Amino acid sequence: MSRHTLSILVENKPGVLTRVAALFARRGFNINSLAVGPTEKPAVSRITAVVDVDELPLEQVTKQLNKLINVLKVVELEGSEASVQRNLLLVKVKADASTRAEVTGLVDLFRAHIVDVAADTLIIEATGTDSKLGAFLTLLEPFGIRELVKSGTVGISRGAKVITDRAAAVLEGVSR
Amino acid sequence: MASKIASAAAARSGERMTGAECIVKTLEALGVEVIFGLPGGTILPTYDPLYASPIRHILVRHEQGAGHAATGYAAASGKVGVCIVTSGPGATNLITALADANIDSVPLVAITGQVGAAAIGTDAFQEADIVGATMPLTKHSFLVKDPKEISAAISSAFHIAATGRPGPVLVDITKSAQVAETTFTFPSAIPLPGYKPTTKPNAKQIRQAAGLIKKAKRPVILAGGGIVRAGAAQELTKLTDLTGVPVVHTLMAVGALSDLHPHNLGMGGMHGTVAAVAALQRCDLIVAIGARFDDRLTGQLETFAPHAAVIHADIDPAEIGKNRAVDIPIVGDAKAVLSDLVAEVAQWTAKPDYKHWWKTLDDLRERYPRGYDQPTDGLLAPQYVIERLSALAPAGTVFATGVGQHQMWAQQFLDLTGPRRFLTSGGLGTMGYGMPAAMGAKVACPDQTVWCVDGDGCFQMTGQEMVTCALNHIPIKVALINNSSLGMVRQWQTLIYGERYSNTDLHTGHGTAMIPDFVKLAEAYGCAGLRVTRAEEVDGAIEQAQAIDDRPVLVDFQVSRDAQVWPMVAGGASNDTIEYARGIAPTFDRDE
Repeated sequence: MSRHTLSILVENKPGVLTRVAALFARRGFNINSLAVGPTEKPAVSRITAVVDVDELPLEQVTKQLNKLINVLKVVELEGSEASVQRNLLLVKVKADASTRAEVTGLVDLFRAHIVDVAADTLIIEATGTDSKLGAFLTLLEPFGIRELVKSGTVGISRGAKVITDRAAAVLEGVSR
Repeated sequence: MASKIASAAAARSGERMTGAECIVKTLEALGVEVIFGLPGGTILPTYDPLYASPIRHILVRHEQGAGHAATGYAAASGKVGVCIVTSGPGATNLITALADANIDSVPLVAITGQVGAAAIGTDAFQEADIVGATMPLTKHSFLVKDPKEISAAISSAFHIAATGRPGPVLVDITKSAQVAETTFTFPSAIPLPGYKPTTKPNAKQIRQAAGLIKKAKRPVILAGGGIVRAGAAQELTKLTDLTGVPVVHTLMAVGALSDLHPHNLGMGGMHGTVAAVAALQRCDLIVAIGARFDDRLTGQLETFAPHAAVIHADIDPAEIGKNRAVDIPIVGDAKAVLSDLVAEVAQWTAKPDYKHWWKTLDDLRERYPRGYDQPTDGLLAPQYVIERLSALAPAGTVFATGVGQHQMWAQQFLDLTGPRRFLTSGGLGTMGYGMPAAMGAKVACPDQTVWCVDGDGCFQMTGQEMVTCALNHIPIKVALINNSSLGMVRQWQTLIYGERYSNTDLHTGHGTAMIPDFVKLAEAYGCAGLRVTRAEEVDGAIEQAQAIDDRPVLVDFQVSRDAQVWPMVAGGASNDTIEYARGIAPTFDRDE
């Protein structure tokens, strides 16, 4: 099995996320991460789904997604040379006067930010690929991770080409 | 007349009216003539304007009956079937019929009432999230809370149901939207940006496909239900006539090529003919049109048609390559694909020579013909009843079946010469489908005889719709193949579970408690009831039933419970292991 990132353009209507998520479940796919949000067009939302799946079932699930009436376009985002893929991490780490400097050093190293400071904890905000955030967390672990929340991956293809180019004809008809 | 009603309704666009009136006017404008339904609290507002509408409403006794009747109507006519029910239990009772229509690609629109928008999510009386519940079982669904959206939603539902790969679409409309006033706007265009089914096949792929057919030594056309839905039976006949390629059909494509056509090898799969199953196992090319390589057809997938290249044409791209790897994929409507293929092969200067292939197949047909053993218990052979029904039913008769042994015998022993005359539940295998489907078919085709070949188990699941038939002058005929058992399950118990008949005895047949007595039951339902126990009574009873046209008829054919469906491939086994009769394995390769 290999990891694939699908960008799914959908009509911004109630129940669409349920349809997409249920389809993955129904066809026996595990979703590794899922992110949904608005796009440059108010009538269109974009779902980014990361799935672990073989090539052939991936083709099948893509076709099944395309069959959903509210799905406008399904595109697989290729690896890091062809696309930019990021997660957002918020992590609450133990840090008192004796360790705070050390943690701050790591935060700088990973180009993360401290967004909240309490007497014995810090909240750190970091963005990056799965592997960068994984490495960051490994280094933070010894200090004591109290709480952690991570977004689903969002991704966009590199270069001038945009996903809506490929979907332009389809999107023309989208209203509301 | 229908078109006059439609244009009159559409002409009311721009008028103020309630959401309920919008529902009815939209249905009229879309040309709907018949609705099967049952009212209840949340759909009541719509039943009021429906009362004044020229649309014929047929009041069923259970919502599942409405769903199957709409399915039978659609399958027999090719039009969109419509059913309408209330929220909660009304809607959940419809689910089986929706799932059935979904897997068998039947164009259906179901309108359900929903509790008022303000009550949604409160577990209100008769509230059920039917859109959520049916999401995996419908082609699409709408939840409408705003009366302004009613007309567009229903119009879209019809468009989605009828185009591309047909399927059921549910429109759930809140009571609050039905009672609110709005401006009726019949949409001029359908706003579905994410829905563009490909119907025109790619010309290059058609040429490649024709080339592959020309090169093949042992090709087979696998005709699927898509051909029936697309109205492409004529094109299929032309293709096999022009090329001489043999045809194997699926359960959903009975009659797509006449059963009497010399190129028709019969059905493939678990209870297919030896010739059809062997043809698929031995062929070097499958030309699949509108078929989905279902497990009942392929048997064990790894050993299915091991030597075959595959051309797979389907209107649903997701079916292509789903179960079986494909050499030439063609996305398109079956009618367009077949006519393009016909146009291509019509240019061939010489007809390919399949003489050797046909010799093999004809030899199989000769050695393993359709047949059955006489039961040893002195009771009727069910196959004989169906054979006689086939012989005595007038031309153009539509048959509907339940699910199980009688369904397979109907498929084997009825000779169907045209499409849309064999209505059956293929994918879902829905017991209880037959009788209400026959009712829908009779409403669609009032001038044709409609026989339901049903089982005693199936009939008891939806038999109450005999009332609907009796009261609405829908004179269907039911040939009840009464073997006093859940026959197919019993057959498996005989073959696989050492004759331990766990819970398959229904006590309806000869020498049992005979509960219910189907003749009395038919009479209680306002229908004629006949009973047949001996072979010499069969023809007379069929003729008598066919002479009755003022009410439905049920003929209780009390048949042997020991009769079995053969040939058979055991569940999950390779099609190579097909048995012609119990313990008799055919030899495929005699002349090679």
